[in-house]
Amino acid sequence: MRVNFTVNGRPQEADDVWEGESLLYVLRERLGLPGSKNACEQGECGSCTVRLDGVPVCSCLVAAGQVEGRDVVTVEGLAEHARQRSCGDAHGTALDEARGRQAQGTDSQTGEGTELAPIQQAFIDAGAVQCGFCTPGLLVAADEMLERNPDPTDADIREALSGNLCRCTGYEKIMDAVRLAAARQQEAV
Amino acid sequence: MDFLRPASWEEALAAKAEHPTAVPIAGGTDVMVEINFDHRRPEYLLDLNRVGDLYEWEVGEDSVRLGASVPYTTIMERLRAELPGLALASHTVASPQIRNRGGVGGNLGTASPAGDAHPALLAAGAEVEVESVRGSRRIPIDAFYTGVKRNALAADELIKYVHIDKADGPQQFSKVGTRNAMVIAVCAFGLALHPSTRTVRTGIGSAAPTPVRAKAAEEFLNAALEEGGFWDNGKIITPSVAKQFAELCSGACNPIDDVRGTASYRRHAVGVMARRTLTWAWESYRGTAARSEGAA
Repeated sequence: MRVNFTVNGRPQEADDVWEGESLLYVLRERLGLPGSKNACEQGECGSCTVRLDGVPVCSCLVAAGQVEGRDVVTVEGLAEHARQRSCGDAHGTALDEARGRQAQGTDSQTGEGTELAPIQQAFIDAGAVQCGFCTPGLLVAADEMLERNPDPTDADIREALSGNLCRCTGYEKIMDAVRLAAARQQEAV
Repeated sequence: MDFLRPASWEEALAAKAEHPTAVPIAGGTDVMVEINFDHRRPEYLLDLNRVGDLYEWEVGEDSVRLGASVPYTTIMERLRAELPGLALASHTVASPQIRNRGGVGGNLGTASPAGDAHPALLAAGAEVEVESVRGSRRIPIDAFYTGVKRNALAADELIKYVHIDKADGPQQFSKVGTRNAMVIAVCAFGLALHPSTRTVRTGIGSAAPTPVRAKAAEEFLNAALEEGGFWDNGKIITPSVAKQFAELCSGACNPIDDVRGTASYRRHAVGVMARRTLTWAWESYRGTAARSEGAA
């Protein structure tokens, strides 16, 4: 079947989609957006977290056909999503641009030279990325929490990220990163 | 596989009548896992995301009419006053991502004994409104669970609403698991005080082939509370009464040993949760009773 939906602000069309396919599969294998990670395929780990009509969901638990006509934001569109939130205009992220998104820039260690969402920069600055596999899901979930709750307590952060597993960091640096992003967001206001 | 995408409740019923083997999908929490792991290849998937009725709720005089797909997040945020037990249970469902999409209709459709909503529904008192092209009927929650992952639905029926009695007293929910988030209950317990009828109702999860009430325990406690004049005098519950109640709740279990826990642990833990939830709920009842007396 064919599925039409909006990804990172731009209309997209996926063809030859199998009826039992997940949104995650469509994003990774049909649209070439591998940022959302495929790990548990049962909603347990949060690595595949995307925004569906603004709400964080596990894309592995969304049937492709269910997104027809709806709006999806992936980690590839996070920088643009965050930019729009702060300036209020919207032009979306094209598929080619999104596919080319790599946190390399001029320096992949510091994020310099790459346009990043504040939460992405905070993860780099706080050293919250180790193997990096859980990172995209954490970024999408954390960014959504900061949008809703600009001044989160530690308990709020833990709750918002409770559906995202990380096996490397022990979460402390991730907590630091979200606190850092929250503090910077508040300074910017 | 065919993907059926009804745009309205009527279309959904017609599709289910035409294809009784169609598997309804809303939040995808259970269905997508089965498909991802190739445990299930339904001939038809019946997407309910477009059926607006299922996402609505209405607070009536005595009960709340809850659409089958109202997400757990919404129940937690918007219905805590009316449905405190279900709101507490909803908060223990998986993770924010899952709570954003999953609803009570999925718990009822899957009818797993471990579904988090069941103990709260059993304790509060609820009816499941199901419909087919033949008409609609309301199934009392006590009669809804018919076996392990089996429910009283006919092949052409879909779950539309759950009518849950509004809380007339304190309600509690407790769940045992290895961590707070992303846990399938080892066992769970729901308890609701109903001061207007001077009764207590319970619900046990994950400790029998289906979610069950501890009816003997309820009867014992109702009689003990009545006899001691507890509803009026607001005294603390005698420890021996609480102990007996807990033992009867353990006795209502019919658990199995599995990867999450042993049968004997489940029986024990249900007793502990029964005593604790009773104490919490009763303390809060005494608090309100004392306040309303003071005001009078």
